[in-house]
Amino acid sequence: MSKFLALLFRNRLAALGGVVIAVIFVLALITPLLPLQSPDDTDTAHRFLLPFSGGHLLGTDQLGRDLLSRLLWGTRLSLAVGIAAALAAGFVGSAVGIVAGYFGGRTDNVIMRGVDMLMAFPYILLALAIVAALGPGLMNALIAVAAVNVPFFARNIRGITVGLAGREFVDAARLSGKGHIRILLTELLPNVLPVIVVAMSTTVGWMILETAGLSFLGLGAQPPQADLGGMLGEARSAMISSPHTSVVPGVMIFLIVMSINLLGDGVRDALDPRLRSGALSRPKPATDVRRAGPVPEATGALLEVQALETQFHVGRRIYRAVNGVSLAVRPGECLGVIGESGSGKSVTALSVMGLVASPPGVITGGAVRYKGDDLVGAPYGKLRSLRGDRVAYIFQDPLSTLHPLYRIGDQLAEAITAHHGVGGREARQRALKLLRDVRIPNPESRIDNYPHEMSGGMRQRVGIAMALANDPDVIIADEPTTALDVTVQAQILSLLDDLRRDRGLAIVFITHDFGVVGQLCDRVAVMYAGQIVEEGPTQAILDAPAHPYTARLIACVPELGGGRRALAAIPGLPPSVDDLPPGCAFAPRCARAQEGCTAAPIDMREGAVAGTPGRAVRCINPEEAIA
Amino acid sequence: MTEALRVTDLSKTFPQAGGLFSPARPGVRAVRPVSFAVEEGETLGIVGESGCGKSTFARMLVGLLPPSSGEIEIEGRRLDNADPAKFGKMIQYVFQDPISSLNPRKTVRQIMEAPLRRLHGMARAERAARIAEIFDSVNLRQEFLDRYPHEFSGGQAQRIGIARALAAAPRILVLDEPVSALDVSVQAQVLNLLAGLKADFNLTYLFISHDLAVVEAVSDRVLVLYFGSVVEIGRAESIFRHPRHPYTRLLADSAPVVGRPLTAPEQKDTELPDPLDPPPGCAFAGRCPRATDLCRQEEPPLRPMGEDQLAACHHPLED
Repeated sequence: MSKFLALLFRNRLAALGGVVIAVIFVLALITPLLPLQSPDDTDTAHRFLLPFSGGHLLGTDQLGRDLLSRLLWGTRLSLAVGIAAALAAGFVGSAVGIVAGYFGGRTDNVIMRGVDMLMAFPYILLALAIVAALGPGLMNALIAVAAVNVPFFARNIRGITVGLAGREFVDAARLSGKGHIRILLTELLPNVLPVIVVAMSTTVGWMILETAGLSFLGLGAQPPQADLGGMLGEARSAMISSPHTSVVPGVMIFLIVMSINLLGDGVRDALDPRLRSGALSRPKPATDVRRAGPVPEATGALLEVQALETQFHVGRRIYRAVNGVSLAVRPGECLGVIGESGSGKSVTALSVMGLVASPPGVITGGAVRYKGDDLVGAPYGKLRSLRGDRVAYIFQDPLSTLHPLYRIGDQLAEAITAHHGVGGREARQRALKLLRDVRIPNPESRIDNYPHEMSGGMRQRVGIAMALANDPDVIIADEPTTALDVTVQAQILSLLDDLRRDRGLAIVFITHDFGVVGQLCDRVAVMYAGQIVEEGPTQAILDAPAHPYTARLIACVPELGGGRRALAAIPGLPPSVDDLPPGCAFAPRCARAQEGCTAAPIDMREGAVAGTPGRAVRCINPEEAIA
Repeated sequence: MTEALRVTDLSKTFPQAGGLFSPARPGVRAVRPVSFAVEEGETLGIVGESGCGKSTFARMLVGLLPPSSGEIEIEGRRLDNADPAKFGKMIQYVFQDPISSLNPRKTVRQIMEAPLRRLHGMARAERAARIAEIFDSVNLRQEFLDRYPHEFSGGQAQRIGIARALAAAPRILVLDEPVSALDVSVQAQVLNLLAGLKADFNLTYLFISHDLAVVEAVSDRVLVLYFGSVVEIGRAESIFRHPRHPYTRLLADSAPVVGRPLTAPEQKDTELPDPLDPPPGCAFAGRCPRATDLCRQEEPPLRPMGEDQLAACHHPLED
């Protein structure tokens, strides 16, 4: 709650609105206690007195009634009516929306078409019709304003409920024996309540304005009762001669509506988790760089990552996602990067081309070199010319990386024309050839498909075709087969293997699957808690893992042909990267941990393990001796 | 051995709405009539790729989806109306995504209490004792009870999901891809926990997964689904050692195995048939190297092959 208030008041305008509406509220609440004249006492001898004239702070109206008293009593009434209307509309609309969204099907159809009919009438006309049918009066104006606002709530809440009703926790509640009403009240309502509150806080202002409008037309509060709209209506005839009688209620309406809307917007922003995590601040085109310390020298590999450090700065917490990672690939080589979720493998991959979202991502150390040039902190134009041209990415979910509204042929052609000045026809020819290269059957008819018309495997082929579009030197593939079925995965892997052999591509292949690494990659780097703990030739590591984490991870992977058995597990959980221990991050879960493992950072030791040179291990008590 | 679950001709067809002026089109047959029985204490692995109907099938078993035809018997008693509350005490479901199966606005205690209160009508003290007992058996600490789901890692959340299912004291657990959202090191923790629980509570498991190696490690018998039909069913060892249906063989050959050279087991770029326009005959014929004209015309029935296997194939694989 205090966090919510802190967020709310960080928004200056919302804070201002909050203060103004709070003052108005307090005034309205204590009005009966204030030493005011009666709002209905007429004194025709002193009509239209100006403000600050004897005994009347704000002057008097056309019947000589005290304006200050009428203003405060009127504000009290208008606020009460507006809030009551918002509560009524919110309650009825939300109930209608939640029922329609949960039951769906015919119920939904009937209810929502009814709501649509309400919406088809012009807003004010509907309110007028309702008041005309029920007769003028404040209560009837309230009903009319609430009724015309029901569709807004109903549609809003229905949309959110539809999304929630399909979630698994609703099924789980049904299996726990809960009936429809219990599910609606105890499972769905708590989840839509914040939305209802937000919707109400943003509409209360409107409702006050609408009630004032009806009163202004003489359909709401009846004389002599004071409400803001009614005061404005009565003052209209004297607008030119005594403007203060209109200005006083007008300013109050303005203040109330403005401050409620500002506060409501602030509440919405503070409650929305997406906005809270910074969705409003659009990520920059390249990751921020705040590099301290020396920049490592180039060594001459095609693409190398040197002692890279990438962090996420969220509030006061610093998440050290990548913590001194060094990798290198040569042309035609496939390097596997393997790790569990949260090990920093994807952030490493995204850091290469400065694609980590900033804020909150920051590259704080190390270098990324393509053909010797440091890309960390390189001008955006240079990064842009390399992205997708020399270094291309393949992502996990092709459905979310392809634009749903463009044909795949156009998207491929765009990838080509972005880097090469070729005409539309030639780009299309190249796109066709790319689709053929990734072995999509009938490329001539498939080129005009939309992404949703293709299966997952075919979409991932398009993703690969797009990565190949400009004949890159390096492809960074981030879990490209995780979302696919095994039979499709096998096809995609063999396609990638053929492509790298034919074209001399360097591939950085990020995965969590040892089986995939074992089949495709020449070398593998194992990541744990933002660091590489072991690196070397794939076969050698699979045969004789030296780091205890690698050994235990390999033992966890069930292999086909083993029959029924208990599987090896690693006890415990990986550490959180905002609170890393000083020494080895794996030590708390490690059976071989000894003194000294947790004291100080452990360096990579290079050497030969079990007769194979070119291996490196970050461990002081490895499973296999390092020579 | 007694029979824990018997399913007879269970099928599901999703109706397709016609346009405003056109008649309704024939429905999509998500699950074609399926029959099998599971014995008490057995684990039946159900394998299939996305779109094979395995989730539809699982939802029918626990009463979340009314079947189009067929019946479900649990321990000899027929469950005919799809009412999850009635099913709940007999058969429970463990969901694939552990986080989204827990209501984000409820504490773990509230989540755990629902089945005890609604299905078993337990009093408060009794509930607390039972929750403590279940939490003990899934290796979760009591202090987790007052936290909210987002505070847990995937593995912990999945254990809470399992604890919730156990709270209903069911005879059968349907595990729908219970470990596919978890990391391998955690996956093994959960699988071993499941094995222990099965022995402790004398449960029967239906273990649904796309990962053959995982299914092999946990199952007594295996059922292979393709395009909504059972293509093969039998003892796990026999199915993995001597698959009879070419699709089972393809699945086994596609799983990435360390040390096996990388060759796609099917070079043709094949896809699942279109469910809106299913082919006549065997649904796998389009991808099958052994397919003949017979396969493209006539749907093969499930028939016994070998000692304890059944496969739906006109030209089954020999040893």
